[in-house]
Amino acid sequence: MIPELGHYALVLALTLGLIQAIAPIIGARAHDASLMQLASSTAVVQFAFVGLAFLALVVCYVTSDFSVATVYENSHSMMPLIYKITSVWGNHEGSMLLWVLILSLFGALVGGFGKNLPSALKARVLAVQSWIACSFYLFILFTSNPFLRLAQAPFEGRDLNPILQDIGLAIHPPLLYLGYVGFSITFSFAIAALIEGRIDAAWARWVRPWTLAAWMFLTVGIAMGSYWAYYELGWGGFWFWDPVENASLMPWLVGTALLHSAVVMEKRNALKIWTLLLAILAFSLSLIGTFLVRSGVLTSVHTFANDPARGVFILAILVLFIGGGLTLFAWRAPMLKQGGLFAPISREGALVFNNLFLTTACLTVFVGTLYPLTLEAVTGEKISVGAPFFNLTFVPLFIPLLFAMPFGPLMAWKRGDILGVAQRLITVLGLGMIVMAVTFVSEAGRSVMAPFGIGLATFVMVGAFIDIVERIGLFRLSFSVSRQRAVGLPRSVWGTALAHFGIAVTFLGVVGASTWASELIVALKPTQTISLSGYELVFDGLVQRFGPNYREAAAKFTVSEAGVPVGVMEPSKRTFTTRATTTTEAALMTRGLSQLYLSLGDVNDDGSVSVRLYRKPMVLLIWLGAVVMALGGALSLSDRRLRIGAPKPAAKRVAQPAE
Amino acid sequence: MTRKQRRLVLIGASLGVLAIAAALVLSALRDSILFFNSPTDVVEKHLAPGTRMRVGGLVKPGSVERGDNLLVRFAVTDGKTDIAVHYRGIVPDLFREGQGVVAEGKLEPSGMLAADTVLAKHDERYMPREVVDALKKSGRWQEGEAKSAGSAAK
Repeated sequence: MIPELGHYALVLALTLGLIQAIAPIIGARAHDASLMQLASSTAVVQFAFVGLAFLALVVCYVTSDFSVATVYENSHSMMPLIYKITSVWGNHEGSMLLWVLILSLFGALVGGFGKNLPSALKARVLAVQSWIACSFYLFILFTSNPFLRLAQAPFEGRDLNPILQDIGLAIHPPLLYLGYVGFSITFSFAIAALIEGRIDAAWARWVRPWTLAAWMFLTVGIAMGSYWAYYELGWGGFWFWDPVENASLMPWLVGTALLHSAVVMEKRNALKIWTLLLAILAFSLSLIGTFLVRSGVLTSVHTFANDPARGVFILAILVLFIGGGLTLFAWRAPMLKQGGLFAPISREGALVFNNLFLTTACLTVFVGTLYPLTLEAVTGEKISVGAPFFNLTFVPLFIPLLFAMPFGPLMAWKRGDILGVAQRLITVLGLGMIVMAVTFVSEAGRSVMAPFGIGLATFVMVGAFIDIVERIGLFRLSFSVSRQRAVGLPRSVWGTALAHFGIAVTFLGVVGASTWASELIVALKPTQTISLSGYELVFDGLVQRFGPNYREAAAKFTVSEAGVPVGVMEPSKRTFTTRATTTTEAALMTRGLSQLYLSLGDVNDDGSVSVRLYRKPMVLLIWLGAVVMALGGALSLSDRRLRIGAPKPAAKRVAQPAE
Repeated sequence: MTRKQRRLVLIGASLGVLAIAAALVLSALRDSILFFNSPTDVVEKHLAPGTRMRVGGLVKPGSVERGDNLLVRFAVTDGKTDIAVHYRGIVPDLFREGQGVVAEGKLEPSGMLAADTVLAKHDERYMPREVVDALKKSGRWQEGEAKSAGSAAK
């Protein structure tokens, strides 16, 4: 009964979606207020129905209803409750349902809270959002129905892929989807503006909070995925340049560019057409990501299914929306009015610089990800493009971007003075140089990359706050005055500084973890000792344990640093009986910002084991940086001037002709 | 500066950055990509020793030997040809005889592959696509298997 209810709710959502896809557009054309307003209610009710469908699926999983095919395929009655719930999106069908749930959530948010939007724009945005939603409802109902029943219900499920039975899976996909799908709203805004044929600074003001929200979730989602891969795959790497990771990085890069170009548009009414293009591209890349991950063209942990019908269907959606979006753009964009003027050396110029490097960096990732697929389709030759490619292309483009980051916020709008800005940054630049020199000396010239990277990271981290230091007169005025001014600063200024600081923190972590990591792979018997970078690990022996749906062999190690015991590490091998699969659970020990990483290899009958031990200095900074970035985004989002539905002041400002 | 000049500066800068990116991409594509071969390809193409590549196929049953110091020797087969591989380190959890595997490394003059990376699949139901293709090419892939792989995914 419950699965049928879920299925029915999804069909109802589709019906509502179809109405919402057509009626508001007609309403906006005919200036019919009631038709336009219809969209707000359908958007909210649509979300309620998808929510109901999702809830129904959750209930099927929690009650282990194995008569439902996906539950049988991906769940097990012995699994802990949390994994029963996360199994809902640990498979193709369920993850697509999560995708439309979030899609309809964003629609409902615009419908419910977008009260200050002009009614015609709002109607069109919701209509476009519903086009996307409908195509995905159809996709689910025709090719990936999660509610399909089995003729005979088996007694036990086939268990979730053990590698996905992890808390990381509980958080990573929903966050990532909030980011991916969040860009659907900016896409809808862009398409609506193109249909309307009118775009102004106010448009950017409405779009920016949505972009910011999507960007925040994407940032944390990517970081989460990276941390999950780090501890679950047992390789100790935090980024593999795997096509699936790249699929999430590309929307992030373009989304970041969009975030910055929307500022120019909002403040200076310039870069309008470019911003529109970025809004279309950000979601297009999200769709391409979905296609790459969900169609089975790529081999990875994310590939649940290999059904050609699904691939073709997603490809059709892809072509429809990306092709349609870009065609509409090519047709309507030239008719839009030109924006404001600015000198190349100015805040606008700096933001263009940012956009140029971000989009080009994204382009190199795009080429690296899709070239192997294209080559195989054309010549049949199979190649793999891995980390070396991206280190040679993406990294050189990202370094200048980092270096330029402290300069940007210090530039004046319209016409800036780069020498003046450099003068204001001279102390920080000097600081970066000193750090670089000190690292170089202490490294004894072993690596050039580490001192350079750490010097650059210092420059960016401190430089991110120079704007604020000057504005609040820190060290120049009395402390209480500075504090007062600091509180009075717009929160978006703090947000910018924090986000820029965060990316430098991540960069610092990447430099530290990749240049100073030490590693050891050995086979050892009980009571034997291994040592690495000042740590000593004694292998105490193997312990057999039982979990709810697995048994595990854990190797117990006592860790000491400089002779002082600091703790115990227990890497293990879990054997999941249902799938006859083994997973490796690495043991992590956090020491400050660094981590010891111990992963178990072969366990032999004589009690000896092989292990892989890493010391990863500063590795935690990689993910902490992402959290700081997202916090910066949240701070910006909480800025009153940006908040959705910010009542009068925003509306007033909008009413003024820009310039 | 006039509007036109400003636009020229912008376009010039964009083209400059794009040109740099294109140069980076092209040089990286020349130096850092890996070709994927089936064992038969390796023999038929007469690849020069020292070539880095990926070889995919099944771990030949009965071929896995473990030596001292985490040395693992095994053969990758596509049913027609075998390639001997040696690797020092920890093999993935799903590395098993008769299962799909992808080994990455350098070809030695003896025709052995000195692997520095060994990849197995993530999921026991799922076969790496490269391996499926390699097996199809050698005619060892039964459509029945394809079907069961496909239906398992549904």
